[in-house]
Amino acid sequence: MVGYLVLLLLALAAAAWWLGRSRAVASVNGEVARLHSLPGQHGMFLALFTAGPALLAVIIWAMATPGIESSIIANRFAAELSGMGVPQVEAFIRDARAIAFGGVVGFTDATKEAAAAAYRSIHATSLWIIWIVALALAAAGFFWAYGRIAPAYRARHVVERILRAFLILCSVVAILTTIGIVLSLIFESLRFFQQVPFYKFLFGTHWSPQSAFTGAGTEAGAVNEDIFGAVPLFAGTLLITFIAMLVAAPIGLMAAIYLSDYASKSVRAVAKPVLEILAGIPTVVYGFFAALTVAPFFRGMGESLGLDVASESALAAGVVMGIMIIPFVSSLSDDVINAVPQSLRDGSAGLGATKSETIRKVVLPAALPGIVSAMLLAVSRAIGETMIVVMAAGLAANLTANPLEAVTTVTVQIVTLLVGDQEFDSAKTLAAFALGLVLFCITLALNIVALRVVQKYREQYD
Amino acid sequence: MTDAISTLGGGRPVSIHTDDAAKARLKTRYAAEMRFKWLGAGAVALAGFFLVLLLSTVVTQAWPALRMNYLMLPLDLSAAKVDPAKLDGFDFQGVINDALAAEFPDVTSRQDRRLLRGLISTGAGTFLRKDIAEDPGMLGTTVDYAVPLDDFADLYLKGLLADVGTDEAIATTVTPSGTTGDIELTFGDDAMLALARGHGATEGENGALTLTSGAASLLVALNGGTVKLTALAPGDGGTVVAKGLVIEALDSNAPAATGQAALRVIDTPESSRKISDKEIVWLDRLQSEGLTESRFNSIFFFTGASREPELAGVWGAVVGSFLTMIVTLAIAFPIGVSAAIYLEEFAPKNRLTTIIEVNINNLAAVPSIVFGLLGLAVFLNFFGLPRSAPVVGGMVLALMTLPIIIIASRASLRAVPPSIREAALGIGASKVQTVFHHVLPLAMPGIMTGTILGMAHALGETAPLLMIGMVAFIVDIPGGFTDPATILPVQIFMWADFPEPGFQQKTSAAILILLAFLVIMNAIAVILRKRFERRW
Amino acid sequence: MNIMTEAGVEQKLAQRTNEPPIKMKGEKVNVHYGEKRALFDVDLDVRENQVTALIGPSGCGKSTFLRCLNRMNDTIDIARVSGKITLDGEDVYDPKIDVVELRARVGMVFQKPNPFPKSIYENVAYGPRIHGLAKSKADLDGIVESSLKKAGLFNEVKDRLLESGTGLSGGQQQRLCIARAIAVSPEVILMDEPCSALDPIATARVEELIDELRENYTIVIVTHSMQQAARVSQRTAMFHLGYLVEEGATEKMFTNPDDKRTQDYITGRFG
Repeated sequence: MVGYLVLLLLALAAAAWWLGRSRAVASVNGEVARLHSLPGQHGMFLALFTAGPALLAVIIWAMATPGIESSIIANRFAAELSGMGVPQVEAFIRDARAIAFGGVVGFTDATKEAAAAAYRSIHATSLWIIWIVALALAAAGFFWAYGRIAPAYRARHVVERILRAFLILCSVVAILTTIGIVLSLIFESLRFFQQVPFYKFLFGTHWSPQSAFTGAGTEAGAVNEDIFGAVPLFAGTLLITFIAMLVAAPIGLMAAIYLSDYASKSVRAVAKPVLEILAGIPTVVYGFFAALTVAPFFRGMGESLGLDVASESALAAGVVMGIMIIPFVSSLSDDVINAVPQSLRDGSAGLGATKSETIRKVVLPAALPGIVSAMLLAVSRAIGETMIVVMAAGLAANLTANPLEAVTTVTVQIVTLLVGDQEFDSAKTLAAFALGLVLFCITLALNIVALRVVQKYREQYD
Repeated sequence: MTDAISTLGGGRPVSIHTDDAAKARLKTRYAAEMRFKWLGAGAVALAGFFLVLLLSTVVTQAWPALRMNYLMLPLDLSAAKVDPAKLDGFDFQGVINDALAAEFPDVTSRQDRRLLRGLISTGAGTFLRKDIAEDPGMLGTTVDYAVPLDDFADLYLKGLLADVGTDEAIATTVTPSGTTGDIELTFGDDAMLALARGHGATEGENGALTLTSGAASLLVALNGGTVKLTALAPGDGGTVVAKGLVIEALDSNAPAATGQAALRVIDTPESSRKISDKEIVWLDRLQSEGLTESRFNSIFFFTGASREPELAGVWGAVVGSFLTMIVTLAIAFPIGVSAAIYLEEFAPKNRLTTIIEVNINNLAAVPSIVFGLLGLAVFLNFFGLPRSAPVVGGMVLALMTLPIIIIASRASLRAVPPSIREAALGIGASKVQTVFHHVLPLAMPGIMTGTILGMAHALGETAPLLMIGMVAFIVDIPGGFTDPATILPVQIFMWADFPEPGFQQKTSAAILILLAFLVIMNAIAVILRKRFERRW
Repeated sequence: MNIMTEAGVEQKLAQRTNEPPIKMKGEKVNVHYGEKRALFDVDLDVRENQVTALIGPSGCGKSTFLRCLNRMNDTIDIARVSGKITLDGEDVYDPKIDVVELRARVGMVFQKPNPFPKSIYENVAYGPRIHGLAKSKADLDGIVESSLKKAGLFNEVKDRLLESGTGLSGGQQQRLCIARAIAVSPEVILMDEPCSALDPIATARVEELIDELRENYTIVIVTHSMQQAARVSQRTAMFHLGYLVEEGATEKMFTNPDDKRTQDYITGRFG
């Protein structure tokens, strides 16, 4: 098992630490002061070189093997799999794995059993390989580093350099994540745009990709380009975002103003945690609330007024999303309002302005850039929010500006297209990545603009 | 502008700020001030109201789900019924059904028998099998066993499925024409006609009334049985003759004296509730005989998911969440803290570090669903990692939490005053030693607080995990990081979508559990902050 | 001697000593910041159309006293004021007195120039607007122009009235703040170290301006510069550790102070 290998390597590292330390002490006959580096640093040096490369190898192995094993199986059983579409092949591989290593098996047949047997033997071989490779690396690292330990050896520098490299590597993970996001979105989107021209996607007004899925064996050429028009989704997203901001912007801003300029200490002591709790509630809970309480409420109210309100109206989803964003808006606005220097408030109060006059005519205009950027961030948050709309907004892509009707959003469609087992290459699933790309670009642009504005604004008062 | 100051009688100077016009202006200005203030207070109150509304909705919904009704049935487990040698594949459900049928010897038709069996959870047999496996001493005797009820029966007993109505004595004599099947009841006066009209009866000819399934149910209890009225018509001499269907057989067809018969009105029409009149009568009898018992709902807390509301539990999802969080923590914490240390303590101010900084800020604001797309494209399709596995979910959430942890850790490191660093460097410590021996320990409480809050955020996250298949319906409780699993928020999402009313309460109860975890995590963060907060 | 009202006595006294009448009067003023006491029983008169300078070392309570005069201390939560401060004989801490009206009558100029991030015109027009002093746009233009003229700033900014007030130099900004205060037509102007953030040339301009403004307004100025107090004020009050040490005509204070501490401070032995 790989787990045992990792444990063994860690034990080896501990042993190496102790050996390196003892050797360093022995090399100067116990006069530690003659060592360039502390004995512990020599120990660390040896431990790092013993376990480091081996552990790295194990990690790479763990990441790479599932894919390699699957492709070997797919090759070996190419004849049996030749008639199948992509989802069937995936299901086949998945079941074979499950039979071999335990897990939930769809159904079994002789071919799968054979594949599972092959799986087991390949996996056993690859386990052997990694054990041998890891132990060889550990031994090589140990002997190389052990020979270097000497009084004058700068073990500390080496250890610190390795540590620094590790720290840099960790910082780069964030960049790698972004690159991963961008590449995977662009890559899949390009494949989508090979099947559906991008102008039809961006400017088409008819969206019903579910009807594109006609089952297995659909030929690639049979994609109906005209059902991937995403304009209704953009419109729906905008409508719900607009409603959300209509709720969140005034309430959040006024709450921030009240808490920073009016509220007594005791009110603040209650209201701040209330907003924090509101911010900490998972979005799935808001979604449940929207679907269970708010939507029926609006529907009932609409009925009593003689209005026809859809049970998955944009209004319900938008209002609940607005509630979710209130604490976001208020905490950002609070920062911005507090950044306005006290001297301006004093100046206004010194002229005999009332508090509200000071706020409306001096503080808010001065804080306007910051507030605008807070609102932009809130909009970006609303556009990217998923669970509330998945649970409370509709699936039908209506192109409407009526908040009482059901609309659908970009995020809802991404979820609908990707949840469940689907063949990964179909235009339908690839469309989700194209939508993801649009979502990513828009939110990124909003964030960059907002962060810029807020930065400029901060500089103004620093 | 002192020329504006004049002197009125009494020697008091009046300026443009004290004259009557100024006073009037001041009044309107203060009115505006008050309006503005109340607007602000209203905004805060509204936010508080939303929170209360949300929480109270969840709590009131969740409350009933914490208890569950069981039926205490004497089960005949004697060797004649249950062969101890052939327990595998034995129909334990059948034993339970037989015991229930024994309580209702009158119920004979196939249809009614099936309806009766429906009162009991389809999983009851499985529980019995498990209990016998644990305690073989149960075999060979007759034991009183607590059988879980079906969700509709359970909800009815909790009073959530239909308004139950109360028995009211009938102020006249009632004479039945038979004891079973379709019978006629003769009422001594015509009060019943008005009553039936008031409860949605359909008018027929000659003042006759029909009670369809769209009207309220009128149940007459007399002579130890129950009759459901189906139609009424005026009889001779001011009497009313009602047609009825016997639900429970009467002891005799003797006339019931005034006050001896009772009428019960169930206002929700039978067609628009999930439980029939028959089931209601049966359940009421079981309840009045003391055979039902409300217990702490251990099924909900300690079992995995199920398609049957009464059998569905959150334990699988809790374990899945736990495994996922371990992976997230194991990845995000070391990487996040390391990145923060590098950026705050070591990084030179150059273009690369600026890019990293901007990048981290932007990453923190990327919609979570995009991380799900990343996980789907890279982890599942590129690396071929298993679907629905906590390890993949943990990795995706780790990438999502990373910026939060980095930003919090950096703020915490920045709060350590430079004098500490200078002191350590001044006595010849290397930069690495300075950071790891002095700065990092001082910043640790803040880093931990940030990490816990980031983890709380990750715990409530749903959307990215839908992308990597953690939405699958999984009954087994996951035993490892690569087993298919679901997590608590996704479980909530799935249950919220199920139409059975029983799931609505389960969803709320699951939300309550999720919120409890979040409260605990936040409380730890607050305590950490309070305990170790240091003002420099 | 006839029985006279207190005010009457004062008026008499003022006439006898040839002093202008008292505009503001502090009696036994105490200020606490939380537990800490910042002012101890200060009695001080401010006379009409005079410049009264408050001097003393840092933290002596001179700014605190100044901020009591138009209740700017109200904006600090923990500040508590007791004693009596009157404006034209009316107690300014009387609950009947409206703080907005008070501040309109007793304007304030701060240590650091704090123009609003608006145009020069809007800065000056702000006060008249909120108080509703102008009946028409022309009226407002007139107030802005005359205020800027009185503050000696008009000629420098008349071509760029719509540019931002924050774009002016430090001295111009401070004069803009003075113009902003004048535009409200106050009776008293409080100045809290108005020149401490300015260079010597700008300081000289502001000091000249203060001297000119004395004709129409009562001015109270806090300053840490003895020379400035000597140059601009007619009366000087010396504060030390929250106590009013000595108060009198500026000339006398600087030539022949009664109190040793005043002498020490003026000659630079401490402070």
